[in-house]
Amino acid sequence: MVSVNHYLILSLLMFSIGVTGFVIRKNAIVVFMCVELMLNAVNIAFVAFARMHGNLDGEIAVFMVMVVAAAEAAVGLAIIIALFRNAKSVDTDDAAELRL
Amino acid sequence: MEGLPLLSTIIFLPLLGAVMLYLLPVCKPASDSDGEVSRYTALIFSLMTFVLSVILLVAFVPEQTDMQFRESASWIPSFGIHYQLGVDGISILLVLLTTFLMPIIILASRSVKDGVRAYLFHMLALETAMLGTLLATDVFLFYIFWELMLAPMYFIIGIWGGKRRIYATLKFVLYTVFGSLLMLVAIFYSVNAYAALHGEYTFDLAKLQEGLVLSRNVQIWLFAAFALAFGIKVPLFPFHTWLPDAHVEAPTGGSVVLAGVLLKMGLYGFIRFAYPLFPLGAQVFGPYLALLAVIGIVYGALVAWAQSDIKKLVAYSSVSHLGYCVLGFVAFNVASTTGSLYQMLNHGISTGALFLLVGVLYDRKHTRLIADYGGLAAKVPVFAFLFLVFTLSSIALPLTNGFIGEFLILSGSFQTFPILTAVAVIGVILGAIYMLGLYMKTMYGELDESKNGDLTDVNSRELLVFTPLFALVFVMGIMPGPFLRVMTPTVESYVQNVQAKMVTVAQEELDYDFNPAEFSPDTVLSKRRGEASPLAQVRFEGGLQ
Amino acid sequence: MEHSTVVESAQHLTHHVTTQGAALGIIALLPLVGSFLAFVIGKKNRDSAGWIATLAAALSFGCVLNYFFALPEGGAFEHRVFEWFSAGNISVDFLFRFDQLTAVMCLVVTGIGSLIHLYSIGYMAEDESRHRFFCYLNLFLFSMLLLVLGGNLLVLFVGWEGVGLCSYLLIGFWFKNLSFAAAGKKAFIVNRIGDAGFLLAIFLILLNFGTIDFVELGQRIGGASTELYTLIALCLFVGATGKSAQIPLFVWLPDAMAGPTPVSALIHAATMVTAGVYLLARMHYLFVLAPLAMVVVCTVALLTSLVAALIALVQNDIKKVLAYSTVSQLGFMFLAAGAGAYWVAVFHLVTHAFFKACLFLGSGSVIHACHHEQDMREMGGLGKIMPWTAATYWISTLAIAGIAPFAGYYSKHHIITALQTSGESNSLMLAYGECFATVATVVAVLTAFYMTRSACMTFLGSYRGHSHPHESPKTMVLPLVVLAFLAFVGGYLLEHQLSLAGYLHSVLPVHAHGESEGFLASLLHSWPGFLGVGLALLLYTKLTVVPAKLYGLVPPVSKLLADKFYFDEIYDFLIVKPLYLFSFGLWKGADQAVIDGSVNGTAAVVDMTGEVVRVTETGQLRHYGLFMFAAGVFITIFYLIL
Repeated sequence: MVSVNHYLILSLLMFSIGVTGFVIRKNAIVVFMCVELMLNAVNIAFVAFARMHGNLDGEIAVFMVMVVAAAEAAVGLAIIIALFRNAKSVDTDDAAELRL
Repeated sequence: MEGLPLLSTIIFLPLLGAVMLYLLPVCKPASDSDGEVSRYTALIFSLMTFVLSVILLVAFVPEQTDMQFRESASWIPSFGIHYQLGVDGISILLVLLTTFLMPIIILASRSVKDGVRAYLFHMLALETAMLGTLLATDVFLFYIFWELMLAPMYFIIGIWGGKRRIYATLKFVLYTVFGSLLMLVAIFYSVNAYAALHGEYTFDLAKLQEGLVLSRNVQIWLFAAFALAFGIKVPLFPFHTWLPDAHVEAPTGGSVVLAGVLLKMGLYGFIRFAYPLFPLGAQVFGPYLALLAVIGIVYGALVAWAQSDIKKLVAYSSVSHLGYCVLGFVAFNVASTTGSLYQMLNHGISTGALFLLVGVLYDRKHTRLIADYGGLAAKVPVFAFLFLVFTLSSIALPLTNGFIGEFLILSGSFQTFPILTAVAVIGVILGAIYMLGLYMKTMYGELDESKNGDLTDVNSRELLVFTPLFALVFVMGIMPGPFLRVMTPTVESYVQNVQAKMVTVAQEELDYDFNPAEFSPDTVLSKRRGEASPLAQVRFEGGLQ
Repeated sequence: MEHSTVVESAQHLTHHVTTQGAALGIIALLPLVGSFLAFVIGKKNRDSAGWIATLAAALSFGCVLNYFFALPEGGAFEHRVFEWFSAGNISVDFLFRFDQLTAVMCLVVTGIGSLIHLYSIGYMAEDESRHRFFCYLNLFLFSMLLLVLGGNLLVLFVGWEGVGLCSYLLIGFWFKNLSFAAAGKKAFIVNRIGDAGFLLAIFLILLNFGTIDFVELGQRIGGASTELYTLIALCLFVGATGKSAQIPLFVWLPDAMAGPTPVSALIHAATMVTAGVYLLARMHYLFVLAPLAMVVVCTVALLTSLVAALIALVQNDIKKVLAYSTVSQLGFMFLAAGAGAYWVAVFHLVTHAFFKACLFLGSGSVIHACHHEQDMREMGGLGKIMPWTAATYWISTLAIAGIAPFAGYYSKHHIITALQTSGESNSLMLAYGECFATVATVVAVLTAFYMTRSACMTFLGSYRGHSHPHESPKTMVLPLVVLAFLAFVGGYLLEHQLSLAGYLHSVLPVHAHGESEGFLASLLHSWPGFLGVGLALLLYTKLTVVPAKLYGLVPPVSKLLADKFYFDEIYDFLIVKPLYLFSFGLWKGADQAVIDGSVNGTAAVVDMTGEVVRVTETGQLRHYGLFMFAAGVFITIFYLIL
């Protein structure tokens, strides 16, 4: 029987991978994907809890997150492209120009 | 004048002029490359303002001691904030001084070469802010105009200033803002205290003056906050170091408006707000303020003596002169207070003229160092004559305007602070030392042909600038009556009222002490006898829509 | 209680029959208009300036004469021009009052003023900017007339400062020479020190008596403490020491000789410097209530006259001799005032104006002739070349020496008598009166000596200079002759024929001594003059080697005298330099280091804190992510545990 705990463990693993990737990787695309990973980890947790409680509140939240994630993807990729055009790289370390 | 809101017109006409500079096609850089049209446009607007203020003076009734030409419109009703204006014998001549100096400053703006339009825009905007500060009778409105004065001045010094203009303008703004923020806190405290007592919020100065009852202790703190804000602006002795920097770096027009009007705002704030609102605080602080003023008089004069830069010398002399004004006011009798107000006008005229004269020299030789001049009297006699007259006015020679102010201040203050005034009289000697020293070093002696042989005398436009100032020096020195008559009735009732408050409030032996709980919205709510609190009102109104 | 009688007498003295509405202002206005016209018209036509100014002065003199003859005995004219200013309890009218004291002063000012204007036409004939000169000179007359016509302390003060300004402008008239300009500045500033005292006196009077009108003040004075009277009197005297060049503020007058010589004659001998004496006479009702202040006045005056006379003994610059002599004679006037004999002070003021103006103009004539040579060692024998100048100079020398029947004798004799009897009215003077009189007599001998010395060195012997001296033009000689005539008979006339004492008795206390001495007695009484003159004649015509030997006898003393007791150097060392250093230190130390340092220091602290904190802001996305995660973990743990 797959209990809610299994889903939560999966969610936790995905989230941890996302955080680790976010912190240690330099490539902006990868960082971006890690953020998506974290969001989806949360989504899984939401769906699991919704199933457990037997109502649709969690699903609603998931749709919310997905909409935001889609918007974020659009804006984020645009930023990365702009960054690439300027710096000829997608390395996040190179995008530290605002700091004197 | 029925129907026309005269005060509002006076306040906003310069601003209209400022906007017009950018709207009128003739003022566009394309068609007005040397800024001449802009200058004339600005001049016309400032002259119109001056004419209106003269009309105001003519229609003004000196015998009426409360606010005249009142205007009032609700602005933020839930907090009792009104757009409220009025003029009385204390402010009217300062208004006139402002509107009088502005055309002169614009006439003298020929030395500004780049960005004339922007310069004039800032000057006119500054005039609006200054007039608003003088005419506002609502504390909130006053504060807005007070802070608004900073912005144009910030740009005037920061853009058209000298080498260290950024340092000077930042120092000026930060210094002033630091003081005025504390004042803002004090204003809010007072308004809350009033609301706690009377159950309504108001920023109306008259109502606050009437209904604000605070213990001595609280008044001391609030007065201190106000005093810091105004003291920095004046500037009183230990807070004066922004002034020489700002004066030295500012363009000529900036220096004139700074010395002529902006500095007076500090003392005006004391007169209009700090003293009537917190008479007990004023009573406690009065002697200390007098002490600082006297230190400022002597200190400013001594430091002025040590200067090698003409502008800096005049700037420090301002510290000394403003010390007289403060001393006269805090001595707080009719003669000294009148003298203080009169001396503010004098200082605007004579020091303004001195800065303009320095500007004339600077335009030609691009140096302000005393050592670079000498023997000019033979080369530029008209200039030397004007310089002499304004120097004498500055050292308060009888029959010039300075004497009337200084005599009234000193003889009035002598009745309150005899010892301090006796010390202040030393300033009379020191004034002669540094001003005549400056005059001798620049005007007398042998002319250095290689350095200043090509110096030209004052031209007709500059003469036009100086003529009204020159005339006023003597008119105000020989016939001060008309000027004094405008203010004395107001000053008399003002001094009486505040003094009466000092006495009665002290007699009542207030054991009323500050209790923070009283200022909570609940308390205020309950005191409104069933009315909803302003915040609730806002919520309610929002809900309806 | 002992003052009450004095007060009554003061009130009696100031109780005039005043006539309103006389247009007194015109007396002062004429020179003001003249000053303006002299400049404007004189700019186009330089030669006209002098005549315009002289005309204005003479017209003013005519006006004064008119009022002088119309003035009823014991009465006064009053002219309230307008209310000058008023605020609170201070109200000041622009008020002119013409009483006997003013009449005498006005006559001296405009009379001698006119003569000196006339003289200046010749003296300044070659100066490029003489229109400016005559403009200033007339402006001076205007101020001086305001001073003496002023009916209250403040109008007097207007004139008081005005003459100071004109003196400043005229001393520095040749402003291209920086040391001349500096002398003018020094005069103004030293005067200002006195003015500060004067202002304080005005404040004290306003505060305690509520009026500054001379007549009203005379009526209201009394009832206050002696200490207060003494304080006010001393403050006034500080003002007087500034204007009238008494110790410690006399240092400006010798320097003031930098101005053109007619200026020295008019301003720094005959009129302006006597303003302090006039002030004391005007305020006599206050001084009589302050016996201690009177003693101070006497002491200072005696010291000044002695010191100045000693310095004058060894000066070689003819104008310097006259300058120190003026200081010394002013001391004599203050001696009279301090002894309570105010009318004698005025008497000496008048006679001194006659002979000192003549002496200065004579010296000017000599300087003019010798092409601006002022050193008497470069002169000599000029008596034959310029007889008119020499004759008038000699007459005035005898007058200042105090030899009967010349003018100076009468006033000086009165001064010494007044000192001897000063104990009668002022008990504090009892012990000193005789002593003061003795020293004053010694000073009189010295005066006669150094003045004769200067006359001998200039006019006797043979010419030692290198230029070609000539007699001065008529416009210069005429005033000399008139003044010399006045120096000759003026004293006698004022003593006997016109009786100055009788004329002034309604405005000043006059203690008549009744005795009318014969001519022989007066000759006997002028023994100090004879002694001084004789000694100088002997030393400088017969035994010409002796002065040099005497001079070398005690080198430190003669050096001390020649260097003017080092007053300037001491002031410079003790006051001016330290004060300047102090103010420089204030600027650099207090203003820039401490005050501005703390202001900038505050900014620097904020700046440094920012520097430290910004280390955490790396600009690396990963670091921010880590911080966010760590913070999330921290918050979670925080909530789980607590």
